[in-house]
Amino acid sequence: MVFGLVVNEGPYQHQASDTAYNFARAVIGMGHSIIRVFFYHDGVYNGTRLVVPPQDDRAVTERWSEFAETHQVDLVLCVAAAHRRGILDESERQRNGKDAENLAAGFRISGIGQLVEAAILADRMVVFGD
Amino acid sequence: MSGYRKGRELIVKRFLYVSRRPPHGTIYGHEGLEVIFTGAVFDQMVTVLFLDDGVYQLVKDQDPGALGFKNYALGFRALNELGVQAICASRDDLTARGLSREDLLVDALLLSSFEITDLMENQDTILSF
Amino acid sequence: MPSLHTVNKTPFERGSLETCLKLAASGGAVILIEDGVYAAVRDSAGVAMLEARKNDLKFFVLGPDLEARGIKRTRLMNGCHVVDYEGFVALAAEYDRVQSWL
Repeated sequence: MVFGLVVNEGPYQHQASDTAYNFARAVIGMGHSIIRVFFYHDGVYNGTRLVVPPQDDRAVTERWSEFAETHQVDLVLCVAAAHRRGILDESERQRNGKDAENLAAGFRISGIGQLVEAAILADRMVVFGD
Repeated sequence: MSGYRKGRELIVKRFLYVSRRPPHGTIYGHEGLEVIFTGAVFDQMVTVLFLDDGVYQLVKDQDPGALGFKNYALGFRALNELGVQAICASRDDLTARGLSREDLLVDALLLSSFEITDLMENQDTILSF
Repeated sequence: MPSLHTVNKTPFERGSLETCLKLAASGGAVILIEDGVYAAVRDSAGVAMLEARKNDLKFFVLGPDLEARGIKRTRLMNGCHVVDYEGFVALAAEYDRVQSWL
């Protein structure tokens, strides 16, 4: 079975990203696949490279990056939501005349169409939010 | 419905977007509408449903300019032209909030609880904001 | 075509459990996750809501969220099944769609 996940909240502030991550690991562990994890609303904050996770707590962004690399899972930040919240890749940095990019490893920035496409192609969509 | 082409397969799914929060206090309604707009090009069977405080998004004569906000709710008027099958709202939730059809900025289908249950059970995908 | 419903807030904070239980079709299942797990504590006002639909909905609670919050399984209402994340995934696969009540 193919799953698509949506994460609507940022790291630490809400449990959504954690629940999504644990769910995603279980999906893969059970032999299913994930077509995409789409980060929307404040969910895009999961994808900033500039996090300094607390030493004594989980590293939310890093473990998404590792998960993406290990299992070849597509992690997408919505470009419109990312713009609003200041998460840019190199291409968006240049296009918008900013002096830095801050996208975390394993994530890419793309349009809302990627969410809708995932919903069309997946067998199940699960939304994690507040 | 032209649908989404995947190889030789044409996929048309029944999408339900559910919105349960009021406008402006949070961005969920505004960014939720952006998904509905963008999703329209994929030619699926789309219904939008407002429940609970979500019905407040449909109230007419909003003037968020007073806050410096975009009046995004005007965008609901464009949904029918974009191929959205129906904009639905809970009649009970409107009534509970002292609202009626006359208060709305679009001609929404007002549904009973039974009709909403039935609508939800007949979708392929439900996305909540 | 039954659905799996997720509820992640307490019924005291948010009306999402109440709305979910009002609208969920018979034959569906509700999984309480995150803060939603508190609703399943026996003798609570939340449990009264669940009891009203005991005959036509199945109820599940995400175990790790219970443990995190110090709620022992023995405190849960009868008929609530505790599952782990694999169980959550299995439910999502078993039911026809997942509806998140946020």
